[in-house]
Amino acid sequence: MSEPVIALVMLGLFVFVIMIGFPVAFTLMAMGIMFGYYAYHQPQQAFFDNRVFDLLTQNTFSVMSNDALVSIPLFLMMGYVIERANVLDRLFSSLQVAARRVPGSLAVATLLTCALFATATGIVGAVVTLMGLLAFPQMLKAGYDVRLASGVVCAGGCLGILIPPSIMLIVYAAASSVSVVRLYAAAMIPGLLLAGLYVVYVIVLAMVKPKLAPMLPKSEPDVSVTKIVLMLLRSFFPLAVLILSVLGAIFFGVATPTEAASVGAFGSLALAAGYRSLTWQGFKESVYLTARTSAMVCFLFVGSSTFASIFAYLGGDVMIKNFVLGMNLSPLTFMIVSQIIIFLLGWPLEWTEIIVIFIPIFLPLLPHFQIDPLFFGILVALNLQTAFLSPPMAMACYYLKGIAPPRVTLVQIFDGCYPFLALIILSMVMVYAFPNLVYWLPNQLYGTR
Amino acid sequence: MIRKFIYGIDELSRTIGHAFAWCVVVLIAGTCYEVFMRYALNDPTSWAFDLSYICYGALFYMAGAYTLSRGGHVRCDVFYRLLSTRRQASVDLVLYVFFFFPGVLALIGSGLEDGYGSMKILESSVSSPAGVPIWPMKMLVPFGALLLALQGVAEMLRCVVCLRENAWPPRLHDVEELELQLIERYAKGELKPSVELPDFAAADSGGAK
Repeated sequence: MSEPVIALVMLGLFVFVIMIGFPVAFTLMAMGIMFGYYAYHQPQQAFFDNRVFDLLTQNTFSVMSNDALVSIPLFLMMGYVIERANVLDRLFSSLQVAARRVPGSLAVATLLTCALFATATGIVGAVVTLMGLLAFPQMLKAGYDVRLASGVVCAGGCLGILIPPSIMLIVYAAASSVSVVRLYAAAMIPGLLLAGLYVVYVIVLAMVKPKLAPMLPKSEPDVSVTKIVLMLLRSFFPLAVLILSVLGAIFFGVATPTEAASVGAFGSLALAAGYRSLTWQGFKESVYLTARTSAMVCFLFVGSSTFASIFAYLGGDVMIKNFVLGMNLSPLTFMIVSQIIIFLLGWPLEWTEIIVIFIPIFLPLLPHFQIDPLFFGILVALNLQTAFLSPPMAMACYYLKGIAPPRVTLVQIFDGCYPFLALIILSMVMVYAFPNLVYWLPNQLYGTR
Repeated sequence: MIRKFIYGIDELSRTIGHAFAWCVVVLIAGTCYEVFMRYALNDPTSWAFDLSYICYGALFYMAGAYTLSRGGHVRCDVFYRLLSTRRQASVDLVLYVFFFFPGVLALIGSGLEDGYGSMKILESSVSSPAGVPIWPMKMLVPFGALLLALQGVAEMLRCVVCLRENAWPPRLHDVEELELQLIERYAKGELKPSVELPDFAAADSGGAK
């Protein structure tokens, strides 16, 4: 058998084993060793002299000392602390009062709360469940359509993996060697654009079909403006200032992402203390969960580094490249096909596996189609929003189902997510049609490359 | 007997994972100190950069076995969860032999060789003048892998117990993601939605008739 065929067998076997459901990180590591042993094998060599063993150790150590990944545990810690800081109910109630005159005010307030809170935490599940307990019943009580209410909570909760500082973009940066700083700057406008599309959709829907999202009854006497400002000052601003200072420090080059993330984690502890909700129990939980989630993400890198080098050594990369180039795709077709593949991968797999393992397969092809990995990354980040929302494996929907009143069915929740899926695709089309949505901010900050 | 062994290993992984988890606090403190020294006192440290990746590396690597003991490593369970418990256990048992141990055992062996070589020369970091030693971190590679291998044995024994008793032995719980905590408490009736929805239940039962 020729070596590229072996590489193909390697990829096929890998996909088969992870589809059965074995932990991905260890599958990658073991297959890297087995196929690497074959690839590097020389006759008359002692068993342990095979170069693959050194390769594995060196790769493991280089993931452990990769300074681009250091901010992962820090942003995770920040998220876990904020999640436990009891800030959400204040945030939601003040935004809801502030938005009370807007059509669909509860849904708009939910989306804004989700966007800000999810941005600070960067974790999908917690936002969806917390908002599912807090905002979802209020929307139902106000007579909102169940589908609309579920779509708003699920879609809003996912924004955190897109809007910087998000962990997904750090992982993409590490996998593609695009600078995190540029990637953060690039994701800013598309992230806000998507959040904006959600809000506009809800407002227009509430105006056209008020039955789906009835106005709240007017409260007498009306809340005074000073009171609203005070409420916002106590809930919205501390969190917004924390996020903006972390992002500002990164964007203006005041601090490295690691430093900004450290200060952000410290700031989140101060924030929790300010809300008098910093408990020893919550702090311990945050520390331990940070370790577990970091291990989950970073072990994928440990496995994939060896797997990918062996795959390339066997000629798998070249084979895929020749195959794709042989199809004579136009850049646009290539872009569409690759995004569809990523979309499809999103339903059995999670974003971590997709970015660490499958995105690197696309990356070497990008130069041939004159696609910037930065631009590609933003489209992927938008695309992976759908991974949480599209049935059958829509984690956001399952979390909501877990805390929704029994009469809300999973099908209703799925139905509610479809319009938001369409909006995500619309945002991808807009970004593709107007690349300046991606490039404007990084070019303003760092000049054109 | 088997159970005692499984939970013993779980406990070992948990203790070590928890101990290294505190690296994140050192990481935050060290980096914040560096930022303060640089901006407030204009006197940057020479060790903060090395400290940052050492803390990060030790943190995630040594938590690997702990994460495994809690079933926390990503797996794609679309098809897996459709299998019966016995099938799951037999599939896992076979896959552990072929797709877990080769990588982890190799990491113990070659990691030990590499770490030992690094320790003999007391290797230190080249990225700063402070000469921060990095050989202890290289020695973590085989130890973390050893811990993973032990945990892997425990996971295989879990499969054996499951095959015998037709049910997975329960995992130890220490901390859970907030969403899982909330969903569990909601299911137990400890958590109520923010507003009562009495009309809903009534309308629902009315509709069902």
